[in-house]
Amino acid sequence: MMMSESRKHITEYLKKGLRLDGRKLDEFREVSVEYGVSKNAEGSARVKIGGTEVIAGVKLNIGTPYSDRPDEGTLMVGVELYPLASPEFEAGPPSIDSIELARVVDRGIREAGAIDNKALCIEKGEKIWIVSVDICPINDEGNLFDAAGLAAIAAIMDAKFPKVEKDGTVNYKERTKTPLPIKKRPIPITVWRIGNDLIVDPINEEEKSTDARLTIASLSDGVICALQKGGDATLTVEDVDKMTDLAIAKAKDLRSKLGGKSK
Amino acid sequence: MSYTKRVDGRKSFTELRPITAKAGVIARADGSAYFKIGNTAAYAAVYGPRELHPRNKQIPTRGLLRCDYVMMPFSGMGDRVRPGPNRRAKEISMVTQKALDPVLDLQDYPNAVVDVFICLPETDAGSRCAGICAASIALADAGVPMKDLICAVSTGQVGDKVVVDLDYAEEAYSDGPVSDIPVAMIPSTGELTLLQMDGEISKKDLMEALKLVKESMNEIYEVQKNALKDKYPAGGDDDE
Repeated sequence: MMMSESRKHITEYLKKGLRLDGRKLDEFREVSVEYGVSKNAEGSARVKIGGTEVIAGVKLNIGTPYSDRPDEGTLMVGVELYPLASPEFEAGPPSIDSIELARVVDRGIREAGAIDNKALCIEKGEKIWIVSVDICPINDEGNLFDAAGLAAIAAIMDAKFPKVEKDGTVNYKERTKTPLPIKKRPIPITVWRIGNDLIVDPINEEEKSTDARLTIASLSDGVICALQKGGDATLTVEDVDKMTDLAIAKAKDLRSKLGGKSK
Repeated sequence: MSYTKRVDGRKSFTELRPITAKAGVIARADGSAYFKIGNTAAYAAVYGPRELHPRNKQIPTRGLLRCDYVMMPFSGMGDRVRPGPNRRAKEISMVTQKALDPVLDLQDYPNAVVDVFICLPETDAGSRCAGICAASIALADAGVPMKDLICAVSTGQVGDKVVVDLDYAEEAYSDGPVSDIPVAMIPSTGELTLLQMDGEISKKDLMEALKLVKESMNEIYEVQKNALKDKYPAGGDDDE
């Protein structure tokens, strides 16, 4: 593999235990979470990690259940990589990067059982709530994976059901105080390997210079609930060992940023 | 029945909803802005002038302006807006381009493109106008040669009144005729660069609406200029 100037620079710094922007290897940039940023969404949140900014919104609609799961509502998570947010995103159909990002976040929330799907059932076989979480980056200065994951869980925590009238129609102008049936709050953390060093929360230049990454979603008790390896290079089992410890520790820090709504 | 009081409590039929605007909100873009009027908010990012692909779209004598309008999936009341192109968004992208293009001077950028991406996180009517206002600030922030900004807001009729800046509740008014007329204007000349209408209105009321909306444009113009001055405090030596 040809080593770019940028990568040489980054690895020289890493040898000294430093990052391009002066951070330590396991140090995040400033993280902030703001709730209720879009009034028409049933729940919404803005997450900033350094210069990276994403908005996530939840929509709640009534639909019909899948025939093999007649008493379960559904949750879907999408990510829109609008070309607004980076010169590297292109207009048009979703790129594979966008799809992978959406799938990883979806895995960390839906597959992890963050929401009690049975509690989303209104009438067995007939009516269920469909929870759609969409994540939209506004500015990509690196680490969209973790920003998207944190924003998704924050928007879910912010959501309240709209009022359902007696005739069964949804009155979106009135919102109840009932939150979504949240069971778990998974926080995904992505650990990136550059040579033999592991870092978290990369900026754009670092992302381009990494060999492999592992996204690890974990719960407040440290249980791991989703994994995704990315990047071209391999990982050893020892790598996974270290990456997991780091991710669980960092998830704890990010969880605290969810504020009073977090448990 | 007479429409006597605005649904959201505004004091006059020409009063705009509260506006906030900020230039330079997306660091990765060459220029960017945020524009919010009432509960309708728009981000705009400008990339370019940069090389235009595919090459057969290139214009050898000047640069091309390209606009893309998109509502975030959760931005509207009720149903989720499905991602991906739809006819409404494509048409709005097109009229947005035509609303902005007349003030741009891209002759020094042959074969290049200036891309404007507009994304709305929250909408309560007037989204194309908010997008155009944001885009105009973003183009200036990017340093694209322009002879003026573009201001945009809707006017129209609610019941028996000519109004400016309709929200959803007014668009949905059911006790009389409603018309919604999005307008974009070059503030220094008063020329129109966007004019559309849904609904019905008399010729007399249309002319009245266009007269009223012109005054509102000045208010928007000030907010846009202030957003740019806040970002470029030293650059304020032009006429005031």
